[in-house]
Amino acid sequence: MTLNRRQFMRTASGALVYASAASVLRSAGLKGEEPIKVANVLDQTGGLNIYSLKQISGCAMGVEDLNKAGGLLGRPIELLFYDSQSNNQFNSQYATQAFVRGKAHVLQGGITSSSREVMRPIVRKFGGLFFYNSLYEGGVCDRRHVSTGMVPAQQLEALVPYVMGEHGGKRGYILAADYNYGHITAKWMQKIIRENGGEDLAVEFFPLDVTNFAPVISRIQAAKPDVVWSVLVGGAHMAFYRQYEATIGKKNLMLASTTYGVGREQTELSADEAEGILIGTSFVDDLPSPAAKSFVKKFQAWEGNSDYVGEYGEYGYRGIMLWAEAVRKAGSPEPDAVIAALDGVQYDGAGGLYTIDGKTNHTTMDIHVVRGNRTGSFDLIKSFGQRPPKDTQLVCDLDKNPDDTTQYEPEV
Amino acid sequence: MEQVAIYAYQIGVSFSIFILISLGLAVIFGMMRVINLAQGEFLMLGAYACVLATQAGLSLWLSMFVAAAVVGLFGIVVERVIIRFLYGRIVDTLLATWGLSLFLVGGITTLFGPQSESVVNPLGNVTVGDIALSQYSLAMIAIAIALLIGTYCLWRFTRFGLIVRGTMQNPDMARGLGVNTDRVFMLTFGFGAALTGFAGAVLVPITGAAPPMGVFFIAKAFITVISGGHLPLIGTVSASAIFGAIDGFVAFVSSSVVGEMSVLFVAIILLRLLPMGITGHLRRGL
Amino acid sequence: MAGRPLGLGPAASPPKWWWWLFVVLLGAGLLAMPSLVDISVQLDVSIMLILALLALSMSFLWGYVGILSFGQTAFFGLGGYTYAVLALNLGETTGSMLAALVLPMLFAAVLGYFMIYGRISDIYLSVMTLVVTLILEKGIRATSGDQFVIGTVRLNGQNGIPSVPSLQIPWGGGAELFIDGVFYLAAVLLILVYVGLRLLLLTHFGRVLVSIRENERRTELLGYDSRRYKLAAFVIAGAIAGLSGALYAVWGNFVAPEMFNLSQAAQVIIWVIVGGKSTLIGPIAGTALIQYLTTWLGTQGVGQVTLVLGVVLMVFVLVFNQGLLPTVGLILAGLRNRMRAGTGR
Repeated sequence: MTLNRRQFMRTASGALVYASAASVLRSAGLKGEEPIKVANVLDQTGGLNIYSLKQISGCAMGVEDLNKAGGLLGRPIELLFYDSQSNNQFNSQYATQAFVRGKAHVLQGGITSSSREVMRPIVRKFGGLFFYNSLYEGGVCDRRHVSTGMVPAQQLEALVPYVMGEHGGKRGYILAADYNYGHITAKWMQKIIRENGGEDLAVEFFPLDVTNFAPVISRIQAAKPDVVWSVLVGGAHMAFYRQYEATIGKKNLMLASTTYGVGREQTELSADEAEGILIGTSFVDDLPSPAAKSFVKKFQAWEGNSDYVGEYGEYGYRGIMLWAEAVRKAGSPEPDAVIAALDGVQYDGAGGLYTIDGKTNHTTMDIHVVRGNRTGSFDLIKSFGQRPPKDTQLVCDLDKNPDDTTQYEPEV
Repeated sequence: MEQVAIYAYQIGVSFSIFILISLGLAVIFGMMRVINLAQGEFLMLGAYACVLATQAGLSLWLSMFVAAAVVGLFGIVVERVIIRFLYGRIVDTLLATWGLSLFLVGGITTLFGPQSESVVNPLGNVTVGDIALSQYSLAMIAIAIALLIGTYCLWRFTRFGLIVRGTMQNPDMARGLGVNTDRVFMLTFGFGAALTGFAGAVLVPITGAAPPMGVFFIAKAFITVISGGHLPLIGTVSASAIFGAIDGFVAFVSSSVVGEMSVLFVAIILLRLLPMGITGHLRRGL
Repeated sequence: MAGRPLGLGPAASPPKWWWWLFVVLLGAGLLAMPSLVDISVQLDVSIMLILALLALSMSFLWGYVGILSFGQTAFFGLGGYTYAVLALNLGETTGSMLAALVLPMLFAAVLGYFMIYGRISDIYLSVMTLVVTLILEKGIRATSGDQFVIGTVRLNGQNGIPSVPSLQIPWGGGAELFIDGVFYLAAVLLILVYVGLRLLLLTHFGRVLVSIRENERRTELLGYDSRRYKLAAFVIAGAIAGLSGALYAVWGNFVAPEMFNLSQAAQVIIWVIVGGKSTLIGPIAGTALIQYLTTWLGTQGVGQVTLVLGVVLMVFVLVFNQGLLPTVGLILAGLRNRMRAGTGR
């Protein structure tokens, strides 16, 4: 466990508590103040931890940084951590614990859409506030829910036209994971490809445990597309990138993705398998900006290793910082006050400027088109400034319907 | 002609995966009646052993044998420490191996982290008409068949094979004839584990090695061995052939989702028509 | 089947006065609980009670009839999905709850008919039920597309169905049960099912079941059609598992394909083995213990929870091979004998 290196932990109110060391609190003049409580429910154990482990660190580091800088509103911040063990049943139990026993002012966490949908009604039940820091399919319209990650249209409206224009990827073959995110992203992809005068040759879905991609690789070759789009997700689907390189090869047929890199996929592949893939992202370690460089350095020092950090690690930090800005603006950590202050809250982070859009409680951010290199990271090709969460804005208006709690599926 | 070659390739790849993931289980569950829920994790251990061996500088092919040896030895340790107390207590083995499976996933995640590890695929591709086929996948088909033949010969033609079969059929009788059945059980379990470890290593270049990888294969492996019926080797081969042909064919002409569903559908039909498995009506064989 | 309870199961004798006292105390304790603890504890305990029903459905079949159904999760998941789909479609929950009992029963009747009347062997029955639940899981996972709709409800594949309505109080004009309400409901149903099964085993039907477990051929020679009795037991167990699944949906307001999967199926067996299948109360204790352990470990910063849980399970099988409660019982009996011996001297 990397978290206890610089902090001490104790168990209270049924959660693992990461309170900043007494010396930190003393030097920041925070000793003795009533703490503000942040609950973090993420999967340290189980199949989803490939996405969560860095985010757990990112979240803890954010809290530590805030405490060092004098806390929030003159109060220290206490982090309650719950390991949901990649099992939605625990998301339900721990989210309730966090509010009832932990008296959390904000709940941060959840990786999958299903875990978010399990926790959202609980947040509502206790009048809380929920920051969901994950790439997801968009459309959640709920004032108690804030999404700080990318949604499909945001990412695709930068990436798809670029790949079609600069790289001639007019005829696309789409492979997607067989669940909500894959289906909705594939629809947006088809729409944007067609709007830009391209052609979507096929859309195929893969259950999350498929490891044999030989059939589709043969079919792709028969269809002769200009580009293959991957919306594949999770450990089993990693096999696709390996098998693709062993048969077709990115040199012969371009490969672009919306999900690749998010689970730090490139660190797990060989140099040949990783080089050349095009992705759209809001953060990769090798962004040339000083903010990104210093963030990565700080993160690695905090964890005590030289691992690639990646998008989900940054999401964890981003979620804490955006919430902290909102608390400062509201002048109170109470959920309803913070919700009222959300619109227009900004944080200038490692991937660029993040702005919360109060109409949807989603985040406007920079999208960077990057290309995989041979050293386990990405080279920046082009940045697209301040892309709004357009798909969700089309269906959601919290100003007009503040009591809305639906997850809309955008009509594509 | 090209079309035929591609169909044969798809079916071959699918068949070889079924064989690889279920052959070890055919020994451990099919012959020994040990419901080993840690079977997927044995596969995962083999994959990790292979990755570590290649990182230490061995060639991939040699690493596969290292993986077989490592997991085989691990299997023997598991048999000595846990399984041997539980023969005849099928359900207790289930609980213990489930614990072992959780322990291995947790342990490997703690040691190596949650992300997958990979090895460099040493082979390129061959083209048939317009379509490139992976040479490694072709090699995998050959390896799976070689593994099958090797196992068959070991059981059928060696003294060891004879003793093992005799012991599994009637341990008391074997003991009466002076066989050290305790050792035979240990070695057979170790052999099943080694087969599984070898298979895990063979799969690494196409799937990588990751802590949760066992979960992707375990259910399929059990369904294959069970559909095979009471003759573990012939049963597993015929079930793999049927499922592999259906999966490879359907996934190619339609999609992976339909491919997987049709395999399960056929499994149900098979179990309905032949509730004792494919070899249920055969009396003799392996 | 390995590991039968020693001698006659306790079901053969009518319960003594202290058993009734125990049930009354247990019931009173459970019903008093919500006023003593906060709602997050109520939530944690409710899920134990609900999953204990699932464990009961399996241990009834296994411990008393000798049928090891590895795939009780098939009925559990089916119950959950039936409730979710109907309640979301109809907006009415009492009927949906009943349907969530009936559909798994029908499914159990059909499946059980093929298996039991097909006279497949014990071990194949176990694995066949497992295959069935795995196929249901795959099937549900494959329904992500928007063409998979029942009424107005998307099946939603991998993601599961969120926002499943809580149970409405039938006479409350649409008022929904809150966390404490679900707790009371789960507690009452668990006690009813527990007592019901215990008494069922005393009836003629129950005695035939136990005799089938002891010696199926002898029972048949006495003129009983063992298949009819086994099928009836299988259907009863299916209903209990379905009830558990529907309550699970009510508890968490969601259903997901995980309800059917291998790890859920194996967990049920683990609860039963840990508690000991030769009693009905054992599996309830086993469920509570394992659930408590995993929930507690998730907040302890032990690193990989599975690492610890795995060791616990392995040690458990090797040390307490009769299950927890029977082992404790044996130890207590041993102590009592020693004390008697001591006073007698």
